[in-house]
Amino acid sequence: MADPMMELLSYPFMQRALVAAVLVGLTAPSVGIYLVQRRMALMGDGIGHVALTGVAVGLLTGTSPVYTAVVVAALGAVAIELIRERGRTSGDVALALLFYGGIAGGVLLVGLSDSGSTGSLTAYLFGQLTSVSGSDLAVIAVLAVVVLLVTVGLQPRLFAVCQDEEYARAAGLRVRALNILLAVVAAVTVTVALRVVGVLLVSALMVVPVAAAQQLARGFRATFALALTLGVVFCSSGVVVSYYADTASGATIVVVAIGGFLLATLLATLLGRVRGHRGLVDSPQPDDLALDR
Amino acid sequence: MTPAVVATDGARVNVAGRAVLDEVTMTVRAAEVVALLGPNGSGKSTLVRALMGLLPLASGTVSLFGTPVDRFRQWSRVGYVPQRVTAAGGVPATVREVVISGRLSLSPWWRPLGRVDRIAVDAALETVGLGERAGESVARLSGGQQQRVLMARALAGEPELLVLDEPMAGVDLPSQDAFAQTLVGLVGAGTTVLLVAHELGPFEPFVRRAVVLRAGRIVYDGVPPPASGHHAHPDHDHVHPHAPYESEAGWLTR
Repeated sequence: MADPMMELLSYPFMQRALVAAVLVGLTAPSVGIYLVQRRMALMGDGIGHVALTGVAVGLLTGTSPVYTAVVVAALGAVAIELIRERGRTSGDVALALLFYGGIAGGVLLVGLSDSGSTGSLTAYLFGQLTSVSGSDLAVIAVLAVVVLLVTVGLQPRLFAVCQDEEYARAAGLRVRALNILLAVVAAVTVTVALRVVGVLLVSALMVVPVAAAQQLARGFRATFALALTLGVVFCSSGVVVSYYADTASGATIVVVAIGGFLLATLLATLLGRVRGHRGLVDSPQPDDLALDR
Repeated sequence: MTPAVVATDGARVNVAGRAVLDEVTMTVRAAEVVALLGPNGSGKSTLVRALMGLLPLASGTVSLFGTPVDRFRQWSRVGYVPQRVTAAGGVPATVREVVISGRLSLSPWWRPLGRVDRIAVDAALETVGLGERAGESVARLSGGQQQRVLMARALAGEPELLVLDEPMAGVDLPSQDAFAQTLVGLVGAGTTVLLVAHELGPFEPFVRRAVVLRAGRIVYDGVPPPASGHHAHPDHDHVHPHAPYESEAGWLTR
C-alpha cells in the first residue's frame, strides 16, 4: 500500500493537486457552514453559476480566469445578498435569473473566445485538478488564507447574524456589512474550488461536509471543526481514488463526500439509539408536549 | 421623575402603504414594568420592532434613552427577546453558543470574548435556570426551554431595558414559572421591562401598567385590567374576526 502512495506523491502535478484539494477541503465548508446555518445551502451553487461568466470573461480577454472569476462571482454574490435582504417573493425569481444568466453567459462567452473549446469548458464546469500550476496554487493558497481568517476570526459575529439576523440587528451588529463580507468570501471560495471540482460541484463541498458533521456534533464550533476535518478527508481521499480508479477528480471527491455523509448519518442513528435509551431515564419528555393547546 | 427609557411621539409605521401603527405616543420610564397588550394583529410586535429600529417610521419619533432610534448606538443597554418558534438554526448550536451572541454588542469586532463574557453568560444561564444545559444542543430542548435560551441571550449583555415579544407563546408551565421568577428578580434590581403579551398570566403580580393596542392605536394606558385579563376591559368588544379559532371558551380555560 505504501508503494503506490509514494508513486502518486512522486508526481509534482499530483502533489499540487493534493495541496489544492486540501485547501479547498478546509475553505469550502468553513464558508458553507454559515450558508447552511441560515438555510441558504444552495447559495454557493448560484455563485458558482455566476462564476462561470467570470471565467469566460477571462478567457475572452486573455486575463487569468481566476481573477475575473473572483470579481464577477463577488459581484454576483453581493447581488444575491441584496436580493435576499429585501426578502420578497420575487427575489426567488430574480435569483433564478441570475443563476441561469450566469451559466448561459459563461457558455456563450467561452464559445466566442479563441481558446473556447468543449475541453476548456468542461474543465471549469467539473474541475481539472491535475492541471493546477504552481502559480495557480499560490493564488489558491493566498485566497484560502483570507477566507479562513474571516470565517474563523469573525466566527461569533457571523454565527449571530446567520442564527438570528433580526436579533443581531437589534443588538447593534453591522449586519449588512457582515452579510456582504460573507457573500464576498463565498465568492472567493467558489473561485478557489473552481479548479478542483468546477462550478457545478462547488456547492457540494460547501454543504456536504457540513451536513455530515452536523449529524455527529452538538454545537456550532464542534460542527465547524469536524466539517473542516471531513472536508480535508473527503477531498484528499477523492483525489487519491480518482488517481487509481482513473476517474474525474471533482466528481470522485463529491461522490466520496456523499458516501461520507451517509456513513455519518448511519453512525449518528446508531449513537442516537444508544443515547436514546439513556435519554429516557435522565431527560423526560419536554413538558410542553403534554400541554394541551 | 425618572428619565424616559423608551419614548414614542406620534409614531406611525406603514406596511405596503397602509398604516399598521399610528399616532402611538407613550413613554416608559426607568424601572417601570409595562405590558403591551392587545389582540392578534393589533400592532404589538410592529411597535416593538419599530422600537428596536428594525422597522422604519413613516412619521413621528421613537427614542431610546433620550436618543432617536436611528442614531442610537448603545445597543448593549437593550436586551431584546424576539418572538421565535425556535432558537435553533440550520446548524447545531449549544445553548452557550447562542447565549454568547448577547455579549457581542459590548466589544469591538476584533476583540475576542474573554473571561468577563464567560462569567456573564454563566450568570444569564443560571438566571433562567439552564446552567446545567449549557453544553446541550438548542434544538434538543423543549419550546419553553428554547424561549429561556433567548431570554438568557438578552440578559447576557446585562441590559438596562428588557424588551420581550410574547415570551410565553408556546411555553410549558415550568418554564412560565421560571420566566416569571427571573423577571421578578430583574425588576427588583431596577431593570426596565417592556413586555408584549396576549394576556398577563404569570406576569400579573408585578406588572404595574398596561398599554392596550387595537388596530394599531393605543386604546388604553393605565393600571393593568383586573384578574380576568384585558378581555374584562370595558373597551373590549369580545369579537375576534381576525382570529376565529380563539374562542372565548379558550380564554376562560386558561
